[in-house]
Amino acid sequence: MQVYADQAATTKISERALQAMMPCYTDIFGNPSSLHEVGRAAEEAVEKARKSIASAIGAEAGEVYFTSGGSEADNWAITMAAQLGAKKGKKHLISSAFEHHAVLHTLDKLKKEGFEVTLLPVHEDGLVRPEELEAAIREDTALVTIMFVNNEVGTIQPIEKLGEICRQKGVLFHTDAVQAAGHLPIDVKEMKIDMLSMAGHKFHGPKGVGALFVRKGIAMSNLISGGGQEKGKRAGTENVPAIVGMAEALRESLENREEKNAAVLKMRKRLTEAVLQIPKSRLNGDPDQRIAGNMNFCFEGIEGESLLLYLDLQGICASSGSACTSGSLEPSHVLLALGVPVEIAHGSLRISLDESNTEEEVDYILQTLPGVVKRLREMSPMWEHIQKGEV
Amino acid sequence: MAMTYSEKVRDHFANPRNVGTIEDANGVGEVGNAVCGDIMKMYLKIENGVIEDVKFNTFGCGAAIATSSMATEMIKGKTIEEAEQLTNKAVVEALDGLPPVKIHCSVLAEEAVHAALEDYRKRLAAQQQ
Ligand SMILES: Cc1ncc(COP(=O)(O)O)c(C=O)c1O
Ligand SMILES: [Zn+2]
Repeated sequence: MQVYADQAATTKISERALQAMMPCYTDIFGNPSSLHEVGRAAEEAVEKARKSIASAIGAEAGEVYFTSGGSEADNWAITMAAQLGAKKGKKHLISSAFEHHAVLHTLDKLKKEGFEVTLLPVHEDGLVRPEELEAAIREDTALVTIMFVNNEVGTIQPIEKLGEICRQKGVLFHTDAVQAAGHLPIDVKEMKIDMLSMAGHKFHGPKGVGALFVRKGIAMSNLISGGGQEKGKRAGTENVPAIVGMAEALRESLENREEKNAAVLKMRKRLTEAVLQIPKSRLNGDPDQRIAGNMNFCFEGIEGESLLLYLDLQGICASSGSACTSGSLEPSHVLLALGVPVEIAHGSLRISLDESNTEEEVDYILQTLPGVVKRLREMSPMWEHIQKGEV
Repeated sequence: MAMTYSEKVRDHFANPRNVGTIEDANGVGEVGNAVCGDIMKMYLKIENGVIEDVKFNTFGCGAAIATSSMATEMIKGKTIEEAEQLTNKAVVEALDGLPPVKIHCSVLAEEAVHAALEDYRKRLAAQQQ
Protein backbone atom coordinates (compact mmCIF):
# COMPACT_ATOMS: atom_id res chain seq x y z
CA MET A 1 0.00 0.00 0.00
CA GLN A 2 1.22 3.51 -0.74
CA VAL A 3 -0.15 6.42 1.24
CA TYR A 4 0.61 9.94 0.11
CA ALA A 5 0.37 11.98 3.29
CA ASP A 6 2.44 14.94 2.16
CA GLN A 7 -0.24 17.17 0.62
CA ALA A 8 1.37 20.30 2.09
CA ALA A 9 4.51 19.61 0.02
CA THR A 10 2.57 19.29 -3.18
CA THR A 11 -0.55 17.66 -4.56
CA LYS A 12 -1.41 15.49 -7.53
CA ILE A 13 -3.03 17.38 -10.35
CA SER A 14 -6.79 16.89 -10.47
CA GLU A 15 -8.42 15.23 -13.46
CA ARG A 16 -10.48 18.36 -14.11
CA ALA A 17 -7.46 20.65 -14.07
CA LEU A 18 -5.60 18.31 -16.38
CA GLN A 19 -8.51 18.17 -18.80
CA ALA A 20 -8.73 21.96 -18.78
CA MET A 21 -5.04 22.20 -19.60
CA MET A 22 -4.87 19.74 -22.47
CA PRO A 23 -6.43 21.97 -25.17
CA CYS A 24 -3.88 24.67 -24.31
CA TYR A 25 -1.16 22.33 -25.53
CA THR A 26 -3.03 21.48 -28.72
CA ASP A 27 -5.72 23.77 -30.15
CA ILE A 28 -5.19 26.86 -28.02
CA PHE A 29 -1.44 26.89 -28.51
CA GLY A 30 -1.17 30.54 -29.53
CA ASN A 31 0.84 33.30 -27.98
CA PRO A 32 -1.60 35.47 -26.01
CA SER A 33 0.20 38.57 -27.32
CA SER A 34 -0.48 37.68 -30.97
CA LEU A 35 -3.20 39.63 -32.68
CA HIS A 36 -4.53 36.75 -34.79
CA GLU A 37 -7.28 34.37 -33.92
CA VAL A 38 -5.04 31.64 -32.52
CA GLY A 39 -3.36 34.14 -30.24
CA ARG A 40 -6.64 35.70 -29.21
CA ALA A 41 -7.98 32.33 -28.12
CA ALA A 42 -4.98 31.89 -25.83
CA GLU A 43 -5.39 35.38 -24.44
CA GLU A 44 -9.03 34.70 -23.78
CA ALA A 45 -8.10 31.56 -21.85
CA VAL A 46 -5.59 33.46 -19.72
CA GLU A 47 -8.01 36.30 -18.99
CA LYS A 48 -10.79 33.89 -18.13
CA ALA A 49 -8.44 32.21 -15.67
CA ARG A 50 -7.46 35.57 -14.19
CA LYS A 51 -11.09 36.49 -13.65
CA SER A 52 -11.86 33.16 -12.07
CA ILE A 53 -8.93 33.34 -9.65
CA ALA A 54 -9.74 36.94 -8.78
CA SER A 55 -13.34 36.13 -7.98
CA ALA A 56 -12.26 33.20 -5.79
CA ILE A 57 -10.49 35.64 -3.46
CA GLY A 58 -12.83 38.60 -3.76
CA ALA A 59 -10.51 40.57 -6.02
CA GLU A 60 -10.83 42.13 -9.45
CA ALA A 61 -9.23 40.54 -12.48
CA GLY A 62 -6.91 43.50 -12.93
CA GLU A 63 -5.42 42.87 -9.50
CA VAL A 64 -4.13 39.36 -10.25
CA TYR A 65 -0.66 38.78 -11.72
CA PHE A 66 0.61 35.38 -12.76
CA THR A 67 3.99 34.16 -11.54
CA SER A 68 6.04 30.99 -11.60
CA GLY A 69 4.83 30.00 -8.15
CA GLY A 70 4.60 30.93 -4.51
CA SER A 71 8.26 31.84 -4.07
CA GLU A 72 8.23 34.31 -6.94
CA ALA A 73 5.03 35.92 -5.70
CA ASP A 74 6.53 36.31 -2.20
CA ASN A 75 9.81 37.71 -3.52
CA TRP A 76 8.00 40.14 -5.76
CA ALA A 77 5.50 41.41 -3.18
CA ILE A 78 8.11 41.98 -0.51
CA THR A 79 10.74 43.68 -2.66
CA MET A 80 8.05 45.80 -4.27
CA ALA A 81 6.72 47.00 -0.92
CA ALA A 82 10.25 47.59 0.34
CA GLN A 83 11.09 49.74 -2.67
CA LEU A 84 7.87 51.69 -2.28
CA GLY A 85 8.61 52.28 1.38
CA ALA A 86 12.21 53.27 0.79
CA LYS A 87 11.04 56.05 -1.54
CA LYS A 88 9.21 57.57 1.41
CA GLY A 89 12.08 56.92 3.80
CA LYS A 90 10.35 53.91 5.35
CA LYS A 91 12.82 51.09 5.81
CA HIS A 92 11.24 48.91 8.49
CA LEU A 93 9.65 45.55 7.67
CA ILE A 94 7.62 43.29 9.95
CA SER A 95 7.13 39.57 9.55
CA SER A 96 6.94 36.47 11.74
CA ALA A 97 9.63 34.09 12.92
CA PHE A 98 8.23 31.04 11.15
CA GLU A 99 7.60 32.26 7.61
CA HIS A 100 8.56 30.19 4.59
CA HIS A 101 12.13 30.75 3.40
CA ALA A 102 10.76 32.48 0.29
CA VAL A 103 9.83 35.28 2.70
CA LEU A 104 12.63 35.00 5.27
CA HIS A 105 15.45 34.90 2.74
CA THR A 106 13.98 37.84 0.83
CA LEU A 107 13.91 39.77 4.10
CA ASP A 108 17.53 38.76 4.78
CA LYS A 109 18.49 40.20 1.42
CA LEU A 110 16.71 43.46 2.18
CA LYS A 111 18.41 43.60 5.57
CA LYS A 112 21.74 43.63 3.77
CA GLU A 113 20.42 46.56 1.73
CA GLY A 114 19.80 48.56 4.88
CA PHE A 115 16.25 47.61 5.87
CA GLU A 116 15.42 46.80 9.45
CA VAL A 117 13.37 43.66 10.03
CA THR A 118 11.23 42.77 13.05
CA LEU A 119 10.14 39.13 13.32
CA LEU A 120 7.13 38.70 15.56
CA PRO A 121 7.12 35.71 17.92
CA VAL A 122 4.66 32.94 17.15
CA HIS A 123 4.45 31.46 20.66
CA GLU A 124 4.02 27.83 21.60
CA ASP A 125 0.72 27.59 19.73
CA GLY A 126 2.17 28.88 16.45
CA LEU A 127 -0.01 31.99 16.35
CA VAL A 128 0.89 35.65 15.88
CA ARG A 129 -0.72 37.99 18.42
CA PRO A 130 -2.50 41.00 16.86
CA GLU A 131 -1.55 43.21 19.81
CA GLU A 132 2.11 42.34 19.27
CA LEU A 133 1.81 43.38 15.65
CA GLU A 134 0.16 46.62 16.69
CA ALA A 135 2.99 47.36 19.11
CA ALA A 136 5.65 46.58 16.52
CA ILE A 137 4.38 48.94 13.81
CA ARG A 138 6.38 52.16 13.63
CA GLU A 139 6.24 55.41 11.69
CA ASP A 140 8.75 54.01 9.24
CA THR A 141 7.17 50.55 8.76
CA ALA A 142 6.84 49.88 5.04
CA LEU A 143 5.33 46.41 5.09
CA VAL A 144 3.84 43.70 7.26
CA THR A 145 4.06 40.21 5.78
CA ILE A 146 2.51 37.38 7.77
CA MET A 147 1.65 33.99 6.33
CA PHE A 148 -2.00 32.90 6.22
CA VAL A 149 -1.29 29.27 7.14
CA ASN A 150 2.07 27.94 8.26
CA ASN A 151 3.37 25.18 6.03
CA GLU A 152 4.85 22.99 8.78
CA VAL A 153 2.41 23.23 11.67
CA GLY A 154 -0.65 24.36 9.70
CA THR A 155 -1.69 27.08 12.15
CA ILE A 156 -4.11 29.65 10.74
CA GLN A 157 -3.15 33.22 11.57
CA PRO A 158 -5.76 35.83 12.58
CA ILE A 159 -5.44 37.44 9.15
CA GLU A 160 -8.53 39.60 9.32
CA LYS A 161 -7.39 41.20 12.59
CA LEU A 162 -3.87 41.69 11.30
CA GLY A 163 -5.21 43.24 8.10
CA GLU A 164 -7.43 45.59 10.10
CA ILE A 165 -4.48 46.80 12.18
CA CYS A 166 -2.34 47.41 9.10
CA ARG A 167 -5.11 49.27 7.30
CA GLN A 168 -5.70 51.49 10.34
CA LYS A 169 -2.02 52.28 10.61
CA GLY A 170 -1.65 52.79 6.87
CA VAL A 171 0.91 50.03 6.41
CA LEU A 172 0.91 47.64 3.45
CA PHE A 173 -0.12 44.10 4.36
CA HIS A 174 1.04 41.05 2.40
CA THR A 175 0.15 37.47 3.21
CA ASP A 176 1.73 34.29 1.90
CA ALA A 177 -1.45 32.29 1.36
CA VAL A 178 0.27 29.40 -0.43
CA GLN A 179 -1.04 26.90 2.14
CA ALA A 180 -4.42 28.57 2.49
CA ALA A 181 -5.64 29.14 -1.06
CA GLY A 182 -8.05 26.44 -2.13
CA HIS A 183 -8.44 25.28 1.47
CA LEU A 184 -9.89 28.24 3.34
CA PRO A 185 -12.29 31.01 2.36
CA ILE A 186 -10.35 34.13 1.38
CA ASP A 187 -11.75 37.59 0.79
CA VAL A 188 -9.05 40.16 0.26
CA LYS A 189 -11.43 43.07 0.74
CA GLU A 190 -12.98 41.86 3.96
CA MET A 191 -9.62 40.76 5.30
CA LYS A 192 -7.98 44.03 4.24
CA ILE A 193 -5.20 42.25 2.43
CA ASP A 194 -3.10 44.42 0.10
CA MET A 195 -1.05 41.62 -1.45
CA LEU A 196 -1.45 37.86 -1.44
CA SER A 197 0.63 34.98 -2.84
CA MET A 198 -0.63 31.58 -3.96
CA ALA A 199 0.74 28.56 -5.82
CA GLY A 200 -1.20 26.20 -8.07
CA HIS A 201 0.40 22.97 -6.94
CA LYS A 202 -0.89 23.15 -3.35
CA PHE A 203 -4.51 22.67 -4.43
CA HIS A 204 -4.25 20.02 -7.15
CA GLY A 205 -3.18 22.42 -9.88
CA PRO A 206 0.05 22.27 -11.88
CA LYS A 207 3.50 23.07 -10.50
CA GLY A 208 5.55 26.09 -11.50
CA VAL A 209 2.64 28.50 -11.59
CA GLY A 210 1.29 30.91 -9.02
CA ALA A 211 -0.35 34.25 -8.63
CA LEU A 212 0.19 37.49 -6.79
CA PHE A 213 -2.77 39.65 -5.91
CA VAL A 214 -1.88 43.35 -5.65
CA ARG A 215 -4.60 45.74 -4.61
CA LYS A 216 -5.50 48.38 -7.16
CA GLY A 217 -3.75 51.66 -6.50
CA ILE A 218 -0.46 50.20 -5.28
CA ALA A 219 2.33 51.44 -7.54
CA MET A 220 3.91 48.22 -8.71
CA SER A 221 7.53 47.78 -9.58
CA ASN A 222 8.63 45.69 -12.48
CA LEU A 223 9.88 42.14 -11.84
CA ILE A 224 10.96 40.95 -15.28
CA SER A 225 11.74 43.43 -18.07
CA GLY A 226 10.69 42.63 -21.58
CA GLY A 227 7.36 42.51 -23.31
CA GLY A 228 4.03 43.83 -22.15
CA GLN A 229 2.75 40.72 -20.38
CA GLU A 230 1.18 41.18 -16.94
CA LYS A 231 0.86 44.90 -17.66
CA GLY A 232 4.55 45.01 -18.43
CA LYS A 233 5.39 44.21 -14.81
CA ARG A 234 6.38 40.63 -15.42
CA ALA A 235 7.41 40.07 -18.98
CA GLY A 236 7.53 36.72 -20.73
CA THR A 237 5.09 34.66 -22.74
CA GLU A 238 2.49 33.27 -20.37
CA ASN A 239 2.44 29.64 -19.30
CA VAL A 240 -1.08 29.32 -20.66
CA PRO A 241 -1.76 25.65 -19.80
CA ALA A 242 -0.51 26.08 -16.23
CA ILE A 243 -2.50 29.27 -15.69
CA VAL A 244 -5.67 27.62 -17.00
CA GLY A 245 -5.00 24.51 -14.89
CA MET A 246 -4.46 26.53 -11.74
CA ALA A 247 -7.72 28.42 -12.21
CA GLU A 248 -9.66 25.21 -12.76
CA ALA A 249 -8.05 23.54 -9.74
CA LEU A 250 -8.88 26.49 -7.52
CA ARG A 251 -12.49 26.48 -8.69
CA GLU A 252 -12.76 22.76 -8.05
CA SER A 253 -11.14 22.80 -4.63
CA LEU A 254 -13.53 25.50 -3.43
CA GLU A 255 -16.60 23.53 -4.53
CA ASN A 256 -18.19 21.74 -1.55
CA ARG A 257 -15.28 22.99 0.46
CA GLU A 258 -17.05 22.57 3.79
CA GLU A 259 -18.00 18.94 3.25
CA LYS A 260 -14.50 18.09 2.11
CA ASN A 261 -13.06 19.94 5.06
CA ALA A 262 -15.27 18.07 7.50
CA ALA A 263 -14.13 14.72 6.12
CA VAL A 264 -10.46 15.71 6.37
CA LEU A 265 -10.97 17.04 9.87
CA LYS A 266 -12.50 13.74 10.93
CA MET A 267 -9.44 11.85 9.66
CA ARG A 268 -7.10 14.28 11.37
CA LYS A 269 -8.86 14.03 14.73
CA ARG A 270 -8.78 10.24 14.69
CA LEU A 271 -5.17 10.06 13.58
CA THR A 272 -3.99 12.71 16.04
CA GLU A 273 -5.70 11.10 19.00
CA ALA A 274 -4.26 7.69 18.24
CA VAL A 275 -0.73 8.91 17.49
CA LEU A 276 -0.61 10.85 20.74
CA GLN A 277 -1.06 7.52 22.55
CA ILE A 278 2.59 6.88 21.70
CA PRO A 279 4.60 7.72 24.85
CA LYS A 280 6.69 10.90 24.75
CA SER A 281 4.98 12.23 21.66
CA ARG A 282 3.50 15.67 21.13
CA LEU A 283 1.49 17.64 18.62
CA ASN A 284 3.15 20.92 17.64
CA GLY A 285 1.04 24.02 17.18
CA ASP A 286 -2.47 24.84 18.30
CA PRO A 287 -4.63 21.69 18.17
CA ASP A 288 -7.67 23.50 16.75
CA GLN A 289 -6.60 26.70 15.05
CA ARG A 290 -4.98 24.82 12.18
CA ILE A 291 -5.73 23.78 8.62
CA ALA A 292 -7.86 20.62 8.46
CA GLY A 293 -5.25 18.19 7.14
CA ASN A 294 -2.11 19.19 9.05
CA MET A 295 -0.49 17.23 11.85
CA ASN A 296 2.98 17.89 13.13
CA PHE A 297 4.31 15.50 15.75
CA CYS A 298 7.53 15.10 17.67
CA PHE A 299 8.65 11.76 19.03
CA GLU A 300 11.36 12.02 21.65
CA GLY A 301 14.45 9.88 21.21
CA ILE A 302 14.26 9.50 17.45
CA GLU A 303 15.42 11.59 14.55
CA GLY A 304 13.08 12.81 11.84
CA GLU A 305 14.94 11.79 8.72
CA SER A 306 15.29 8.16 9.75
CA LEU A 307 11.63 8.15 10.75
CA LEU A 308 10.71 9.40 7.29
CA LEU A 309 12.92 6.87 5.54
CA TYR A 310 11.47 4.00 7.58
CA LEU A 311 7.93 5.15 6.83
CA ASP A 312 8.88 5.42 3.16
CA LEU A 313 10.06 1.80 3.25
CA GLN A 314 6.51 0.94 4.36
CA GLY A 315 4.96 3.06 1.59
CA ILE A 316 4.05 6.10 3.66
CA CYS A 317 5.09 9.44 2.20
CA ALA A 318 5.29 12.17 4.82
CA SER A 319 7.75 14.89 5.66
CA SER A 320 9.91 16.22 8.43
CA GLY A 321 9.97 19.97 8.51
CA SER A 322 9.54 21.41 5.06
CA ALA A 323 10.76 19.62 1.96
CA CYS A 324 12.81 22.66 1.05
CA THR A 325 14.92 22.33 4.19
CA SER A 326 15.36 18.57 4.19
CA GLY A 327 18.74 19.18 2.51
CA SER A 328 19.96 20.96 5.63
CA LEU A 329 20.94 19.60 9.01
CA GLU A 330 19.41 22.28 11.19
CA PRO A 331 16.19 21.31 12.86
CA SER A 332 13.15 23.15 11.53
CA HIS A 333 13.19 26.92 12.17
CA VAL A 334 9.43 26.67 12.54
CA LEU A 335 9.57 24.26 15.48
CA LEU A 336 12.36 26.27 17.09
CA ALA A 337 10.17 29.38 16.73
CA LEU A 338 7.45 27.49 18.61
CA GLY A 339 9.97 26.92 21.39
CA VAL A 340 10.36 23.17 20.83
CA PRO A 341 13.74 22.15 22.36
CA VAL A 342 16.39 21.48 19.69
CA GLU A 343 16.88 17.81 20.56
CA ILE A 344 13.14 17.18 20.33
CA ALA A 345 12.72 19.28 17.18
CA HIS A 346 15.03 16.81 15.40
CA GLY A 347 12.35 14.14 15.73
CA SER A 348 9.50 15.82 13.92
CA LEU A 349 7.00 14.36 11.50
CA ARG A 350 4.52 16.28 9.36
CA ILE A 351 1.54 14.34 8.08
CA SER A 352 -0.64 16.38 5.75
CA LEU A 353 -3.88 14.98 4.39
CA ASP A 354 -6.61 16.34 2.17
CA GLU A 355 -9.81 15.16 0.55
CA SER A 356 -7.93 12.76 -1.70
CA ASN A 357 -6.90 10.69 1.35
CA THR A 358 -9.11 7.98 2.80
CA GLU A 359 -10.00 6.48 6.19
CA GLU A 360 -8.29 3.25 5.05
CA GLU A 361 -5.08 5.20 4.59
CA VAL A 362 -5.43 6.59 8.10
CA ASP A 363 -5.82 2.99 9.31
CA TYR A 364 -2.64 2.00 7.51
CA ILE A 365 -0.68 4.90 9.01
CA LEU A 366 -1.94 3.89 12.44
CA GLN A 367 -0.94 0.28 11.87
CA THR A 368 2.53 1.28 10.77
CA LEU A 369 3.72 4.38 12.61
CA PRO A 370 3.83 3.09 16.21
CA GLY A 371 5.95 0.12 15.15
CA VAL A 372 8.40 2.32 13.27
CA VAL A 373 8.75 4.65 16.24
CA LYS A 374 9.32 1.64 18.50
CA ARG A 375 11.94 0.14 16.22
CA LEU A 376 13.89 3.39 16.00
CA ARG A 377 13.67 3.94 19.73
CA GLU A 378 15.00 0.46 20.38
CA MET A 379 18.17 1.36 18.53
CA SER A 380 18.45 4.88 19.97
CA PRO A 381 20.98 5.67 22.70
CA MET A 382 19.05 8.91 23.17
CA TRP A 383 15.92 6.93 24.05
CA GLU A 384 18.00 4.88 26.47
CA HIS A 385 19.02 8.11 28.22
CA ILE A 386 15.41 9.31 28.32
CA GLN A 387 14.27 6.00 29.77
CA LYS A 388 16.92 6.16 32.47
CA GLY A 389 15.93 9.73 33.25
CA GLU A 390 19.36 10.98 32.28
CA VAL A 391 18.08 13.89 30.20
CA MET B 1 16.29 19.22 -3.16
CA ALA B 2 15.90 15.64 -2.10
CA MET B 3 19.04 13.89 -1.00
CA THR B 4 19.68 10.65 -2.73
CA TYR B 5 21.42 7.83 -0.95
CA SER B 6 23.29 5.04 -2.73
CA GLU B 7 21.82 1.54 -2.89
CA LYS B 8 24.33 0.39 -0.27
CA VAL B 9 23.41 3.17 2.12
CA ARG B 10 19.76 2.35 1.66
CA ASP B 11 20.43 -1.31 2.32
CA HIS B 12 22.44 -0.65 5.49
CA PHE B 13 19.86 1.81 6.61
CA ALA B 14 16.88 -0.48 6.03
CA ASN B 15 18.63 -3.58 7.37
CA PRO B 16 21.27 -2.35 9.77
CA ARG B 17 23.81 -4.99 10.77
CA ASN B 18 24.88 -5.52 14.38
CA VAL B 19 22.21 -3.39 16.02
CA GLY B 20 21.90 -3.73 19.76
CA THR B 21 24.00 -3.88 22.88
CA ILE B 22 26.51 -6.33 24.37
CA GLU B 23 25.88 -7.11 28.04
CA ASP B 24 29.50 -8.00 28.83
CA ALA B 25 31.16 -5.55 26.45
CA ASN B 26 34.68 -4.56 27.47
CA GLY B 27 34.83 -1.42 25.37
CA VAL B 28 31.95 1.07 25.06
CA GLY B 29 32.04 4.46 23.36
CA GLU B 30 29.36 7.09 22.91
CA VAL B 31 29.84 10.16 20.72
CA GLY B 32 27.76 13.03 19.36
CA ASN B 33 24.93 14.85 21.06
CA ALA B 34 21.22 15.31 20.69
CA VAL B 35 21.48 18.99 19.81
CA CYS B 36 23.40 18.32 16.60
CA GLY B 37 21.06 15.46 15.86
CA ASP B 38 23.25 12.37 15.92
CA ILE B 39 24.37 10.11 18.78
CA MET B 40 26.24 6.83 18.30
CA LYS B 41 27.03 4.22 20.90
CA MET B 42 29.40 1.39 20.06
CA TYR B 43 29.87 -1.82 22.12
CA LEU B 44 32.95 -4.01 21.66
CA LYS B 45 33.76 -7.48 22.96
CA ILE B 46 37.50 -7.89 22.58
CA GLU B 47 39.36 -11.14 23.23
CA ASN B 48 43.07 -11.68 22.69
CA GLY B 49 43.34 -8.39 20.86
CA VAL B 50 40.62 -9.33 18.39
CA ILE B 51 37.16 -7.77 18.10
CA GLU B 52 35.02 -10.86 18.62
CA ASP B 53 31.73 -9.01 18.66
CA VAL B 54 30.49 -5.52 17.99
CA LYS B 55 27.07 -3.89 18.34
CA PHE B 56 25.77 -0.37 17.98
CA ASN B 57 22.87 1.91 18.81
CA THR B 58 22.31 5.13 16.90
CA PHE B 59 20.02 8.12 17.21
CA GLY B 60 20.32 9.95 13.93
CA CYS B 61 19.61 10.29 10.27
CA GLY B 62 19.76 7.62 7.57
CA ALA B 63 23.44 8.30 6.97
CA ALA B 64 24.23 7.97 10.67
CA ILE B 65 22.53 4.58 10.88
CA ALA B 66 24.11 3.31 7.66
CA THR B 67 27.64 4.40 8.60
CA SER B 68 27.33 2.85 12.07
CA SER B 69 26.20 -0.38 10.49
CA MET B 70 28.98 -0.39 7.90
CA ALA B 71 31.63 0.52 10.48
CA THR B 72 30.67 -2.45 12.67
CA GLU B 73 30.95 -4.79 9.68
CA MET B 74 34.37 -3.40 8.83
CA ILE B 75 35.88 -3.96 12.28
CA LYS B 76 34.24 -7.23 13.28
CA GLY B 77 36.88 -9.98 13.52
CA LYS B 78 39.69 -7.46 13.10
CA THR B 79 42.55 -6.83 15.52
CA ILE B 80 42.62 -3.71 17.66
CA GLU B 81 45.43 -2.34 15.51
CA GLU B 82 43.43 -2.90 12.34
CA ALA B 83 40.29 -1.34 13.83
CA GLU B 84 42.27 1.72 14.88
CA GLN B 85 43.05 2.36 11.22
CA LEU B 86 39.34 2.74 10.40
CA THR B 87 38.57 6.14 8.89
CA ASN B 88 35.29 7.77 8.00
CA LYS B 89 36.60 8.02 4.45
CA ALA B 90 36.89 4.24 4.24
CA VAL B 91 33.37 3.83 5.65
CA VAL B 92 31.96 6.30 3.12
CA GLU B 93 33.78 4.56 0.27
CA ALA B 94 32.46 1.19 1.38
CA LEU B 95 28.95 2.67 1.19
CA ASP B 96 29.55 3.98 -2.36
CA GLY B 97 29.57 7.55 -1.10
CA LEU B 98 27.30 9.90 0.83
CA PRO B 99 25.69 13.23 -0.09
CA PRO B 100 28.19 16.03 0.80
CA VAL B 101 26.03 17.44 3.63
CA LYS B 102 26.04 14.00 5.24
CA ILE B 103 29.79 13.42 5.38
CA HIS B 104 29.94 14.78 8.92
CA CYS B 105 27.63 11.98 10.10
CA SER B 106 30.20 9.42 8.99
CA VAL B 107 32.83 11.11 11.15
CA LEU B 108 30.78 10.02 14.15
CA ALA B 109 31.11 6.35 13.16
CA GLU B 110 34.88 6.64 13.14
CA GLU B 111 34.81 8.51 16.44
CA ALA B 112 32.51 5.96 18.05
CA VAL B 113 34.86 3.10 17.15
CA HIS B 114 37.84 5.02 18.47
CA ALA B 115 35.99 5.98 21.65
CA ALA B 116 35.09 2.33 22.30
CA LEU B 117 38.71 1.22 21.72
CA GLU B 118 39.90 3.96 24.06
CA ASP B 119 37.47 2.77 26.71
CA TYR B 120 38.79 -0.79 26.28
CA ARG B 121 42.36 0.41 26.77
CA LYS B 122 41.43 2.34 29.89
CA ARG B 123 39.68 -0.66 31.39
CA LEU B 124 42.67 -2.83 30.58
CA ALA B 125 45.05 -0.37 32.23
CA ALA B 126 42.81 -0.18 35.31
CA GLN B 127 42.83 -3.99 35.56
CA GLN B 128 46.59 -4.16 35.31
CA GLN B 129 47.13 -1.74 38.18
C1 LIG C 1 3.92 28.80 2.83
C2 LIG C 1 4.66 28.62 1.56
N1 LIG C 1 5.15 29.68 0.91
C3 LIG C 1 5.81 29.57 -0.25
C4 LIG C 1 6.02 28.34 -0.83
C5 LIG C 1 6.78 28.27 -2.12
O1 LIG C 1 5.93 27.99 -3.18
P1 LIG C 1 6.51 27.46 -4.57
O2 LIG C 1 7.17 26.18 -4.28
O3 LIG C 1 5.32 27.35 -5.45
O4 LIG C 1 7.48 28.49 -5.06
C6 LIG C 1 5.52 27.20 -0.19
C7 LIG C 1 5.74 25.86 -0.79
O5 LIG C 1 6.45 25.04 -0.30
C8 LIG C 1 4.83 27.34 1.03
O6 LIG C 1 4.36 26.27 1.67
ZN1 LIG D 1 23.19 12.88 10.32
